[in-house]
Amino acid sequence: MATRKISTLLSRSFSSAAPCFFSRGRSVAGQSRLICRYNSTLVAVEEPIIPPVSVKHTQLLINGQFVDAASGKTFPTLDPRTGEVIAHIAEGDVEDVNRAVSAARKAFDEGPWPRMTAYERSRIILRFADLLEQHTDEIAALETWDNGKPYEQAAKTEIPMTVRLFRYYAGWADKIHGLTVPADGPYHVQTLHEPIGVAGQIIPWNFPMLMFSWKVGPALACGNTVVIKTAEQTPLSAVYAAKLFHEAGLPDGVLNVVSGFGPTAGAALASHMEVDKLAFTGSTDTGKIVLELASKSNLKPVTLELGGKSPFIVCEDADVDQAVELSHSAVFFNQGQCCCAGSRTFVHEHVYNEFVEKARARAMNRSVGDPFKVGIEQGPQVDSDQFEKILRCIRSGVESGAVLETGGDRFGSNGYYIQPTVFSNVQDEMSIAKEEIFGPVQSILKFKDLDEVIKRSNNSRYGLAAGIFTHNLDTANTLSRALKVGTVWINCYDVFDAAIPFGGYKMSGNGREKGIYSLSNYLQVKAVVTALKNPSWL
Amino acid sequence: MGARRISSLLFRSLSASSASVSPLLFRGKNPSRGRCIYRFSTAAALEEPITPPVQISYTQLLINGKFVDAASGKTFPAYDPRTGEVIAHVAEGDAEDVNHAVAAARKAFDEGPWPKMSAYERSLIMLRFADLIDKHRDELAALESWNSGKPYEQSAKSELPSFARLFRYYAGWADKIHGLTVPADSNHYVQTLHEPIGVAGQIIPWNFPLIMLAWKVGPALACGNTIVLKSAEQTPLTALLAAKLFQEAGLPPGVLNVVSGYGPSAGAALASHMDVDKLAFTGSTKTGKIILELAAKSNLKPVTLELGGKSPFIVCEDADVDKAVELAHHALFFNQGQCCCAGSRTYVHEHVYDEFIEKAKARALRRIVGDPFKKGVEQGPQIDSGQFEKVLRYIRSGVESNATLECGGQRFGSKGYFIQPTVFSNVQDDMLIAQDEIFGPVQSILKFKNIDEVIRRSNSTRYGLAAGIFTKNVDTANTLSRALRVGTVWVNCFDVFDAAIPFGGYKMSGIGREKGIYSLNNYLQVKAVVTPLKNPAWL
Repeated sequence: MATRKISTLLSRSFSSAAPCFFSRGRSVAGQSRLICRYNSTLVAVEEPIIPPVSVKHTQLLINGQFVDAASGKTFPTLDPRTGEVIAHIAEGDVEDVNRAVSAARKAFDEGPWPRMTAYERSRIILRFADLLEQHTDEIAALETWDNGKPYEQAAKTEIPMTVRLFRYYAGWADKIHGLTVPADGPYHVQTLHEPIGVAGQIIPWNFPMLMFSWKVGPALACGNTVVIKTAEQTPLSAVYAAKLFHEAGLPDGVLNVVSGFGPTAGAALASHMEVDKLAFTGSTDTGKIVLELASKSNLKPVTLELGGKSPFIVCEDADVDQAVELSHSAVFFNQGQCCCAGSRTFVHEHVYNEFVEKARARAMNRSVGDPFKVGIEQGPQVDSDQFEKILRCIRSGVESGAVLETGGDRFGSNGYYIQPTVFSNVQDEMSIAKEEIFGPVQSILKFKDLDEVIKRSNNSRYGLAAGIFTHNLDTANTLSRALKVGTVWINCYDVFDAAIPFGGYKMSGNGREKGIYSLSNYLQVKAVVTALKNPSWL
Repeated sequence: MGARRISSLLFRSLSASSASVSPLLFRGKNPSRGRCIYRFSTAAALEEPITPPVQISYTQLLINGKFVDAASGKTFPAYDPRTGEVIAHVAEGDAEDVNHAVAAARKAFDEGPWPKMSAYERSLIMLRFADLIDKHRDELAALESWNSGKPYEQSAKSELPSFARLFRYYAGWADKIHGLTVPADSNHYVQTLHEPIGVAGQIIPWNFPLIMLAWKVGPALACGNTIVLKSAEQTPLTALLAAKLFQEAGLPPGVLNVVSGYGPSAGAALASHMDVDKLAFTGSTKTGKIILELAAKSNLKPVTLELGGKSPFIVCEDADVDKAVELAHHALFFNQGQCCCAGSRTYVHEHVYDEFIEKAKARALRRIVGDPFKKGVEQGPQIDSGQFEKVLRYIRSGVESNATLECGGQRFGSKGYFIQPTVFSNVQDDMLIAQDEIFGPVQSILKFKNIDEVIRRSNSTRYGLAAGIFTKNVDTANTLSRALRVGTVWVNCFDVFDAAIPFGGYKMSGIGREKGIYSLNNYLQVKAVVTPLKNPAWL
């Protein structure tokens, strides 16, 4: 995400990498794997840097008040650098979801939120964006502490993008137009684009604040009220941000935050009879369950942003060095924990050998370590489950005969760090070429011609995104149309402007978020037809 | 549906009725004698049914441009609802036939020619099809009435024209599907492509077989998709003839495949198919939930649902009662009451309530029930014995729950599935007849005191399909228009169904909108394409 901005950061950190203790040596290829191991052990033995923030809010935020869970239960949230407990968080369950939904219901049905002018709503969202900006360092630190992502990435790109996103949707609030519609007879036809009601939103742990903004921004701009369930791995930043939203003037009950687990709080939200809309970002398996719960309860419309296995296609006219760098960030960004990670690197046979060599070198160069340290590109995976799952995928790659170019093991001996891992000679039928790994594992596949790479790219249940690396206009246009994916990045990747819609074809999801397209997720269309007497035109 | 056009027909038939309509069928205007006269007219049902002026030429499945038998060789009977007699044996599609049809549609999509044609060429084929529909109007209308029991005049003069209208409307959209260029925050060129989604599975109901085909097939084809359509087992005939005409208009094989069959077999196979990219369903809320579940459990295909309703028709105190009665009558009784958007809760302000009841009863008693092929007939039989029995059960439930039966309440005649136009007054919100979708000629009249109350009561339902408002006051109209949680609000009109007006439900009445510009999204995927810019002259 945000490679455009992050890439400046990354290149800065590279140029200053040499004197740094953590830099992966650029030396001899044959030696570098050893160096990598050598470094890693040292890193992990160091004391983790103390995050420059304290955890203030650990309760649920319902109807403008911080409250304990009805059950009184809490769950621990962990520091992925060490696996140690950061805080005990109120564990929302069915009863808490009920309370949150009735607060949101009241704030919607009786106002004031949908009854305010759109201008007033936009002012509150803008004030919130300002507050968020003022607290960037604090929120970024919480985000990194809870999730393990590099602090610089959080502070310099993700929080600014979150702010940007809210300003973008604040601007939409007073620009939601219905249509007047040409009629076939003496009728005045108009469509009203109304808020849909109470939106239930379930967000993942990989980009807690950004996912919060993608969901909450358009929902509030359109005049809805919200119950959001955060991921149990990363509950901290959303409650903090929601608190700021109330300081910005958001009325009670408009935005309710419930921390908790999927099978309890998440399922309660998805099957709630008083929730009018559901938006979910997460795995395809869970997405299917969420949609089933919606269909079995009240048929609430569901937006789904799910998994991916996105191809990154390096054509034969590629500048190999640039392609290597771009494909590297496409897969390794955010510890590889991106739904749109470019996790199938298809390389044309003419440049394949050179590419593999350089991709390996780049991966070995990746600076892994404490995410609070300046210049670090890769922190730990989010938790032990993900960590174990990725290591299993790596073993499966080795067992299926892919060539392990670099990495392949945990990094250090503490926390959930994994070595940047590159496989070459990956075949389409291997599970590392089919399953979403969600970790720092690049799979490089060879291709011969465009028709073949189109067929192979599309031969997946997923269809989230694709990268194309070429100078040839015809190649770019042919691939852009042929790939069955929601986003095509040409000679770039992970560009995530607020205005660019994002979402999947096939089993990568339903609907689009961001941009103008996300508004329709949170609006109902009402046709109003009135009989006309003696109309002067039709 | 098509009330605007049909209402002129109906008014004509009403004003002309004393002169031209067969005296046997004519409901007397004498209010006190009405029920007797009405009963007397049971004679109508004893008459020999009129022979429909049409032959049944197509009873097989249409797959990949060819009429074929079901893989199993099985057939099922199609009935005449006037008599319950079999009119044809139709090939019964099942999972295997759906597989064949999807494979044909897949090929026509993935390898072309349909999405690879220019949008203009696609639109020309659709326009030619609309012309062929006009030419075959009488034949299609006769088939539709024979199989569904709806008045022939309604089919021929309102539904078939709006069918052709719908296809011309979407033919016009085919070459107007624009993506956007998107302002970027830095040196990138951002555009969105609105692409066809792929193979669309479509499942349509029996109440408006051709119109529902148009709502589904029109936008899907305009957007460049290919289709497998499952028709309702009650009404398989017209879809086959229409699809045949589409091939004649130049539609390439495999682009539109029609599978006749049942929901649990053919419908479920389509909804759970892994190679179907989109599903659109119109039918009951209960079946809609199953459909969405099957989509969720298979490949997460996006689903558009048009489901049930219990739409309020609100007669305010400033109402011209005569007009309100007529409009409320059409809102409910049109198409034998078999409309998802039927105005099936008639809320009447207490100041005009008594007068309204009297006149609504009189109007129902005047309703001309009989052989749908007979000129001037307003109401034919219900679609089948299942529906017929269900409607009669609801009537009994209304009586048992102490609503006042103003007229009707029985079957009409002794043959086929005719039901007397039935009016209940004094209906309370908690009665079953005020809550469930009856889908028959049963009007429930409820009394209200003020606007806030009627808003609350109107919205107090799981449904949210449509509403009628009858008032001269602009504030009342505006307040109600915004407050009612429904997809369509008709003010001083009802059942206006122009191609450009979106239709669909809030709450458990459905997901998404059909018709108009809004239906295009159902059949498009949005693809964002982002390219870096070198030295851009502007951003």
